[in-house]
Amino acid sequence: MAVSARRGRSALEIVLLTVLAVVMLFPVLWMIETSLKENRDVYAVPAKFLDFKITLDHYRDVFVSSGGGRSTLSTSFLNSVIVAGVSTVLATVLGVPAAWAYSRFALKAKKDQLFFILSTRFMPPVVVVIPIFLMYRQVGLIDSALGLILIYTAFNVPFTIWMMKGFVDEVPAEYEDAAMLDGYTRLQAFRKFTLPLLVPGIAATAVFALIFSWNEFVFAIFLTSSDDVRTAPPAIAGLIGGTTVDWGLVAASSVVFALPVLVFAYLVRKHLVAGVTLGAVRR
Amino acid sequence: MPPARGRSPRLTDRRLAVLFIAPALLLLLAMSVFPLLWALYLSFTDYSATRGGPAAFVWFGNYTAILTSAQVHQRALTTLIYVVGAVGLQTVLGFTIAYLISRRTRGRGLLTTLFLVPMMLSPVVVGLFWRFMLDAQFGVVNSLLGSLGLEPVEWLTRQRTALISLIVVDTWQWTPFIMLIALAGLTAVPRYLYEAASIDRASEWFRFRTITLPLVWPLLLIAVLFRAIEAFRLFDLVYILTSGGPGVSTETLSFHVYKVAFLGFNTGTASAYGILMVLVVIVLTQLYLRYLNKLKED
Repeated sequence: MAVSARRGRSALEIVLLTVLAVVMLFPVLWMIETSLKENRDVYAVPAKFLDFKITLDHYRDVFVSSGGGRSTLSTSFLNSVIVAGVSTVLATVLGVPAAWAYSRFALKAKKDQLFFILSTRFMPPVVVVIPIFLMYRQVGLIDSALGLILIYTAFNVPFTIWMMKGFVDEVPAEYEDAAMLDGYTRLQAFRKFTLPLLVPGIAATAVFALIFSWNEFVFAIFLTSSDDVRTAPPAIAGLIGGTTVDWGLVAASSVVFALPVLVFAYLVRKHLVAGVTLGAVRR
Repeated sequence: MPPARGRSPRLTDRRLAVLFIAPALLLLLAMSVFPLLWALYLSFTDYSATRGGPAAFVWFGNYTAILTSAQVHQRALTTLIYVVGAVGLQTVLGFTIAYLISRRTRGRGLLTTLFLVPMMLSPVVVGLFWRFMLDAQFGVVNSLLGSLGLEPVEWLTRQRTALISLIVVDTWQWTPFIMLIALAGLTAVPRYLYEAASIDRASEWFRFRTITLPLVWPLLLIAVLFRAIEAFRLFDLVYILTSGGPGVSTETLSFHVYKVAFLGFNTGTASAYGILMVLVVIVLTQLYLRYLNKLKED
């Protein structure tokens, strides 16, 4: 009796989980399906779930413009790679040493400094973008890749510091002390002994920074306008501006845009809890 | 052969710390603090980004106008409904999923990975895609409702349903976040506690209430606060999904700031709005950091 009740409950739980999983994943599957459908099937009523002809036309349209040559979307993807890549490198270069210093040294009001650093990351982007917009207009950074790189670096630095501080904390300071007893300077001890141990953590942190910059939309849409500079998120959003919307193309470009993120997120899955809480929660 | 001992290591340490921290802090000062101070200054003026020319000081004029405006109260209410609704739903659903997963012995990793997908997508992709799925004519959601014999719903084009749609989409995207954090808490509950409880023949509900919940609660609270801050600052999803409409039914404070700043070009007023929003965020962040600190010390 008790055993069968437990079994029944377990089965119920599995059913519930399956239903929830289907609901959560359906939109993603629908996006992939739509990207593979011919236009008339995309707008079919009632919706076609399985019986449609597969086409890769939309994927071609993502990369090749209708007149041949490179499409605007593919330019925006390239811009995204550059902006996200460079800002991630900069945030890592600025953030990792700072994280090490915060971890190792007794500093004045260290806790306050760290809290201040994290709270800059929580500022509403629509609010920050107003003065940034005016600032950039003054110095000619509006509609430039450099402008985006700077602001993305600024919002990834707090994350990098918090995330990396956790990783540095895990490396015993005694390693450096021992190296210094052997006559190395502090800097040499950091470079030769601690830094190599931090490489996996740096890689994970950089991947998160890359994802944040890659997905960012608010700054991108307000600070850039021309096709040559635009990153992918505003470019994809721009696809729905006209009178008719090519949803197949929207779906295909969304898939192309999301795929690298999912791959990268899978690579850093062990650090996901720390990553999505901006390095604040570690388990 | 190690190099010779350096001079006065304490001085070097301090210099090194400054050298390593200063560049990062300078960047934050230039890109976060300075802009906010500028916004603070602008909030006391009637500056307009398009009109140009010198700005006249209006002191607290912008602030009193905002705080006494019925329009703004309406937006604040919309924001509150959205934040409470979305974060509440996410918490319940996310915790439920985490609890169900934590009770499975096999396939945990795969299940977790699958559930996490929505969270990793850009809000742009999420917003666009739901807009397509919720379309009143050819959207798949109405198509599914139709096959169940239900009437189609104008998800994004009716005042009342638009806000619900926004909450649903946000819940879809961020339930995995709560799930992830809750799961981290649940798997950290030591097994022997449950074993001891089952020797005492404690009921399942009793175990849940006295062991699971108290141990997971602090972490869950962090996740909820984090989500509340994020939901409060949310802009992109509203922009893509509904653009604040129909009417002003989904116009959150974030979206309203955008309209005042970039469509009305009342930069001074928008800055005052912004400063008020920043104050709210600072309060929430302080709360968040305080709980985080407590969690770390335990």
